[in-house]
Amino acid sequence: MDQGLIGTIFTIVVFVCFAGVVWWAFSGRNKKKFDDAANLPFADEDKERIKKDKRES
Amino acid sequence: MSDISQAQPTYNYKVVRQFTVMTIVWGIIGMGLGVFIAAQLFAPALNFDLPWLTFSRLRPLHTNAVIFAFGGSALFATSYYVVQRTSQVRLFSDKLAAFTFWGWQAVIVAAIITLPLGMTSSKEYAELEWPIDILIALVWIAYCINFFGTIVIRKVSHIYVANWFYGAFILTVMILHIGNSMAIPVSFTKSYSLYAGAVDAMMQWWYGHNAVGFFLTAGFLGMMYYFVPKQAGRPVYSYRLSIVHFWALISLYIWAGPHHLHYTALPDWTQSLGMVMSIILFVPSWGGMINGIMTLSGAWHKLRTDPVLRFLVVSLTFYGMSTFEGPMMAIKTVNALSHYTDWTIGHVHSGALGWVAMISIGSVYHLIPHLFGQRAMYSTRLVNVHFWLATIGVVLYIVAMWFSGVLQGLMWRAVNADGTLTYSFVESLEASKPYYVVRFIGGCFVVAGMLVMAYNAYRTIKAPKGSIAADPATQPA
Repeated sequence: MDQGLIGTIFTIVVFVCFAGVVWWAFSGRNKKKFDDAANLPFADEDKERIKKDKRES
Repeated sequence: MSDISQAQPTYNYKVVRQFTVMTIVWGIIGMGLGVFIAAQLFAPALNFDLPWLTFSRLRPLHTNAVIFAFGGSALFATSYYVVQRTSQVRLFSDKLAAFTFWGWQAVIVAAIITLPLGMTSSKEYAELEWPIDILIALVWIAYCINFFGTIVIRKVSHIYVANWFYGAFILTVMILHIGNSMAIPVSFTKSYSLYAGAVDAMMQWWYGHNAVGFFLTAGFLGMMYYFVPKQAGRPVYSYRLSIVHFWALISLYIWAGPHHLHYTALPDWTQSLGMVMSIILFVPSWGGMINGIMTLSGAWHKLRTDPVLRFLVVSLTFYGMSTFEGPMMAIKTVNALSHYTDWTIGHVHSGALGWVAMISIGSVYHLIPHLFGQRAMYSTRLVNVHFWLATIGVVLYIVAMWFSGVLQGLMWRAVNADGTLTYSFVESLEASKPYYVVRFIGGCFVVAGMLVMAYNAYRTIKAPKGSIAADPATQPA
């Protein structure tokens, strides 16, 4: 195998991997999972607030 | 202050506090050094004829202090904070966390001692000699274990995207540092690289450019994905885009190093590959920037009142600007003009002062009240003063360097009809001199801003817990 062929195969493999990542990220099946994940920075705050509310009541 | 402080016993905030304070301290020292050597460039007498104060020895100390001491401390602080809060679990090991803090400070102190003494491996951004390199490797392995250990024991099912970026930064920097620092010691203070010739150059810029790509970009993008949504009070614009952003960015950055070696002994095909990869890199960089800025859609009005958010968003603007400039400068024909000129210095500082420093400063302003049991910084007005000092300083700096750089490039390449050079090197240096003064003034603005920050942080930390009233301007909705 010469360098050109290796380069060609590698380019195609990387392209397919990238298409796979895009498909995975944008497939409807994962929408809810990612929406939940997007709210993670705010998730532990809610827990603290709930704890505090319980103590106060 | 109740809902903040009650969560503290479950998290290790001690190491975060330590690194946060040191971020400000090293920021002042590193940027102050930069201003000093900037002054040397138009007033050379300022080295006082002492070898320890020459530009050649203080410049690597400046870069090490701002990148690894200031930027590094900011990354340690925020990554330890973000990984705990988004995994909802305490750090994997408090002992390892303490080791990373004291080990990292020891590395920086060792740099402050050895670099002015002239001990250097002469590799850019990796100047420190082999005993210090070993300590860096040990600290970094401990950091790696602690960070990924925390992710393993997380209490939530998903790993938040900020942690992906922090994880890529930690893992890759470990590989880069160990790979590039391979050397044969000839004495306790001197070693020679294991690599030679063009291979050594390629290893060096594989390391050097990915220090930019993973230390100064991936790590700070981790910061962006946590602190921008948090300060804006709304989740990131598109979580799905952030996933594509991550994989595209980390798979492309590693190839861009050869653009530092255009028109050198490096094989031509390698230079062209590096150029093409650098141009493609524009796409994920802007994808990430747009994702960060669009997080504010529907909350733009907050920019008018919240200077912390302003720091974060302006940092993204500078990120977008320098990731457009970078691919452009990687094009060989543009590089023929820009390489070895001040344009490169300007580009680096629009990234380092505009992007890296501003996002770190914004994040630290967000962190300090949370870490020290306050609802807000001591003075929001002073945060705003700092914002304008930093912005004016950066703009003065990069505009001066654009002028100086393009002027240098044009003067160096100008030839007479008989093929001789039109200008001598000294003539180009004289042409640059006024811009060096402007750059120095810009640097003074930036350091003045850092001093304002230090005062504000000191007053916030020293104030009795919970005594500072919440400022409605900076409260996330």
